[in-house]
Amino acid sequence: MSAEVRVRACPDGPVLVRGADTVVDEQGTAHPVTRPVVAVCVCGLTSRAPWCDGTHQVATRAAQGSVRADE
Amino acid sequence: MELPEPCGPVSRQVAEALRTEDRERCHVVLPDEPVLTDRDVQLGLWMLYELSYRGFDDVDPVAEWDPAVVRIRRVLERKFEQELRQATRTRLAEAPEGDDVADQLLALVRREDGPKLASYLRREATLEEMRDYLRERSVQQLRESDPQSFLLPRLEGAAKVALAELQYDEYGAGRPERLHQTLYAEALAGAGLDDRYGAYVREISGTSLASVNVMSLFALNRRWLAAGLGHFAAFEASSALPSRRVASGIERLGLPVAVAAYFHEHVEADAVHEQVAARDVCGAYVAAHPDQRETVLFGAACHLHLEALSGAELLARWAPDQRAEVAS
Repeated sequence: MSAEVRVRACPDGPVLVRGADTVVDEQGTAHPVTRPVVAVCVCGLTSRAPWCDGTHQVATRAAQGSVRADE
Repeated sequence: MELPEPCGPVSRQVAEALRTEDRERCHVVLPDEPVLTDRDVQLGLWMLYELSYRGFDDVDPVAEWDPAVVRIRRVLERKFEQELRQATRTRLAEAPEGDDVADQLLALVRREDGPKLASYLRREATLEEMRDYLRERSVQQLRESDPQSFLLPRLEGAAKVALAELQYDEYGAGRPERLHQTLYAEALAGAGLDDRYGAYVREISGTSLASVNVMSLFALNRRWLAAGLGHFAAFEASSALPSRRVASGIERLGLPVAVAAYFHEHVEADAVHEQVAARDVCGAYVAAHPDQRETVLFGAACHLHLEALSGAELLARWAPDQRAEVAS
């Protein structure tokens, strides 16, 4: 991995991280980065912490009243 | 792979044009009816496109650029394009206004309220229905990302860098065992299905074939570059959540780990890819080519339309009475 780590927030979505070797979660567990860019969850709803699993879409739509949030 | 058996007059005319040495006299007559989900027409188009991917053992590779073959391809494509335009008109008319093409594209994807295929697969599908689903998607997924590789040399700058980054991930990020096409082959084998490239091309529906062909239409014709980018972004943006549901359905049915593994990989990968494809690929491309915004959204709408048709078709096949009851 490159020495420079770049982080970018996506509107209503995850944070994209490039160039990291590991991402450390709230419990202090280090998760190895195995792809060129990873999406780190910031909404707290993912079932695959620390990685984004797309659940923020459901949260956004549920807030708009169009779907149930239990999916 | 050998040229598949034709399934009607159009695919028969295409097959004849590919097999004969006297191609100049070959032509194709299309039906008056719509061809968007016509299995015969879509199989014929798939044969023509396949010449630019891995080809057929029993077709001379020279056929790919034979003027008569290209002419036949254009006849089929012209009608395919017209029907895609027609089919996406309403969706595009309702597309949200905005400055940011990525926000517009992702909003188009989020507006979809079609049949709940993934939820059905998660909660209710039988083993045979799950295998049917894996089979229908096999022609597309066994060459996953290959159409988008044709887009790369036509791009420049930031959009090219972002697409290359995505393709590297799709192609295993340096690890052959992580090549997504290979993961899908392992999923098929795990479910007791044939994992050979093109094995089910004669069995899948016209809608499934059209979903494969639309990618080639956009990938092999440079004039459709922007549509190819939009299609790709919409595809990635409608994959992460459904993949999670399909994986959970596969586990409910007790299929081997390799079957769910493909879908688990796509939960994480596509959560990343939707952002990069919409913002870095389409966003950068439209920033440099503002006149291409509508074509990017057209490509996205084509994916959403065919995906909705496919979902409705499979649910009608499996559970005609309870389509409305499957929760989101």
